[in-house]
Amino acid sequence: MGILSGVMSGLGIGGGTILIPSLVILTKTSQQIAQSVNLISFIPSSIVALIVHLKNNNIEKSMIKKLILPGIIATCIGALLAIKINSDILKKIFSLFLFVMGLYEFISIKNIKNKK
Amino acid sequence: MTFLLDLHDHKAHATAISIILPLTIISSLIYIKSGNASLKVTIIVTIGSMIGAYIGSKILNRIPVNVIRKVFGTIMIITAIGMMFN
Repeated sequence: MGILSGVMSGLGIGGGTILIPSLVILTKTSQQIAQSVNLISFIPSSIVALIVHLKNNNIEKSMIKKLILPGIIATCIGALLAIKINSDILKKIFSLFLFVMGLYEFISIKNIKNKK
Repeated sequence: MTFLLDLHDHKAHATAISIILPLTIISSLIYIKSGNASLKVTIIVTIGSMIGAYIGSKILNRIPVNVIRKVFGTIMIITAIGMMFN
């Protein structure tokens, strides 16, 4: 399953959108734990990616300053909420989000075609 | 980010990671502190996703993006409906 989700993230689609549901459905972990696994497993690979990008000078530093502070605040609120919410309700919210993202995959196909 | 901030794809991706990474570390710490983490599952998944990322980047070049998007879009919608009513 880790391999599968890794394939997904290698393909450029958020691995978590596949990893989290498969953990919840197949191994019966709670929604919170599945989400934490997804977050933590992302850290090592993104550190490597970030170092490569820094070397290639691909990072827009002015953009970071604008986005990082609101990001940190929103992250704290989000994570604290996710911990407090009942696992079943969190699961419902997540599935709604997943549904919208699934639709978005189809919509973005049309956009790519229109651009061409 | 590509749409909202008018950055080039490549730079958008790199800049996104540089912002997401610290945010991920912060929320991971919050999850761990509250006891909502599992070391065993995390290790298995991390190893798996490294192998998977390697395989994924190899097959990426062979399958057209539109096909991948359609397949994943379908999987995501079906899973979402399953989770909603389960």
